[in-house]
Amino acid sequence: MDPGRGDHPFEEVEVHRGRGPDRTDDMTKAAAVTDATFDSDVLQSSTPVLVDFWAEWCGPCKMISPVLEEIADEHKGKLTIAKLNVDENPDVAMRYGVMSIPTLALFIGGVEKKRLIGAMPKRNIVTELSEFIG
Amino acid sequence: MATSRTSAPVLIVGSGPAGLTAALYTARANLHPIVLEGAEAGGQLMLTTEVENYPGFPTGILGPELMGKMREQAERFGAEFIRADATKVELAGPPFRAWVEDVEYTGKALIISTGAKAKMLGLPGERQYLGRGVSTCATCDGFFYRNLELVVVGGGDSALEEATFLTRFATKVTVVHRRDRLRASKVMQDRAFANPKIGFEWNSTVADVLGEQTVTGVRLRNLEDGTEKVLPVAGVFVAIGHTPNTDLFGGQVELDQAGYIVTPNPPSTATSVDGVFAAGDVVDHTYRQAVTAAGTGCAAAIDAERWLEAHGHDSGATTDNWE
Repeated sequence: MDPGRGDHPFEEVEVHRGRGPDRTDDMTKAAAVTDATFDSDVLQSSTPVLVDFWAEWCGPCKMISPVLEEIADEHKGKLTIAKLNVDENPDVAMRYGVMSIPTLALFIGGVEKKRLIGAMPKRNIVTELSEFIG
Repeated sequence: MATSRTSAPVLIVGSGPAGLTAALYTARANLHPIVLEGAEAGGQLMLTTEVENYPGFPTGILGPELMGKMREQAERFGAEFIRADATKVELAGPPFRAWVEDVEYTGKALIISTGAKAKMLGLPGERQYLGRGVSTCATCDGFFYRNLELVVVGGGDSALEEATFLTRFATKVTVVHRRDRLRASKVMQDRAFANPKIGFEWNSTVADVLGEQTVTGVRLRNLEDGTEKVLPVAGVFVAIGHTPNTDLFGGQVELDQAGYIVTPNPPSTATSVDGVFAAGDVVDHTYRQAVTAAGTGCAAAIDAERWLEAHGHDSGATTDNWE
């Protein structure tokens, strides 16, 4: 996978960037992680980290973004939410075999404990995570 | 978006073009709508890229962007949004009641615009490999199939749109269709036939999705002679039509055999329950366009407004004392 910026298939999409309401731009409750920071910010984190694999062009990712903010709010200190843009950070996405977004992956102590694929209601996400984050 | 209000003259369930247009019109009519927009807020257009057939956007507009603008426009006039799925409704009203878990919302009138969702093939392998090669969202997942081969199942506009889109990434996209001709519009057909990366398997269905960790191929069955063959592909995109989101309403409002809400006196959007209106793809199995959904959403808003007037609702009233 080589997302060279020059021949990027979503160039048309990127032209529109900033025109639409983008709930991820002003994200305050979820930290952005990258290929470079994933190991330190996620794998070595002392608290569980829910990684949100997303991309600008993905509508369902935007659907769940505010839900994740709420979940982050309600689990302060127990759970960190990290957003990984798969377009800009293809290495981590490839390393974990992400083939569909949104994908939510819960990491505890550097190990992936749970993976949720696709947009789903908040209660489903919380239920799926509950055994790990109390 | 939190709101302290749980009752409104008009309650709207669903937030695609029908629900958001109904929200816009009822908001402008001072009916203070509350919209239960759902976990899949924005509806099916959130799964698309360029929308080329919504009037007023000569160079096209992205689906999610269009929905964002519609929501913004309704919000500007005071529509309030609850970003969660309605989990139960009670149509013995008015007032009509809908719950999100244990929070109850009421509306003197109700507009149902819950839309439709993509049908799946119903194969064991399909569920097993969902997100691991099987996808229902080409725009979300196409990116992960760079330089790989794919199949798209279906013969309508959405199938060809997905196939065309996926050729940005895939080396080859095979459209599997159970007939010998396509249902898709002429412009989409022309575009697909002209695309050297798109091939067709006619009169065929996917009999199974094959894989190991991820999808490795599909078993195709030819419906004419019953022969089967395996097509090695890395991904399967399913676009075989839609089914209405009416599970919540079964037994409470008249549905047709396919599960769509019946509006017995078109063009009125009134349903079999007095005071309950329905608009968009949850009603419409004929046109199913963003613009027709928006159109019927507008009609539902006006129908609801007139119904409220006829039933003594003063649209100048504050939201607290309409009861």
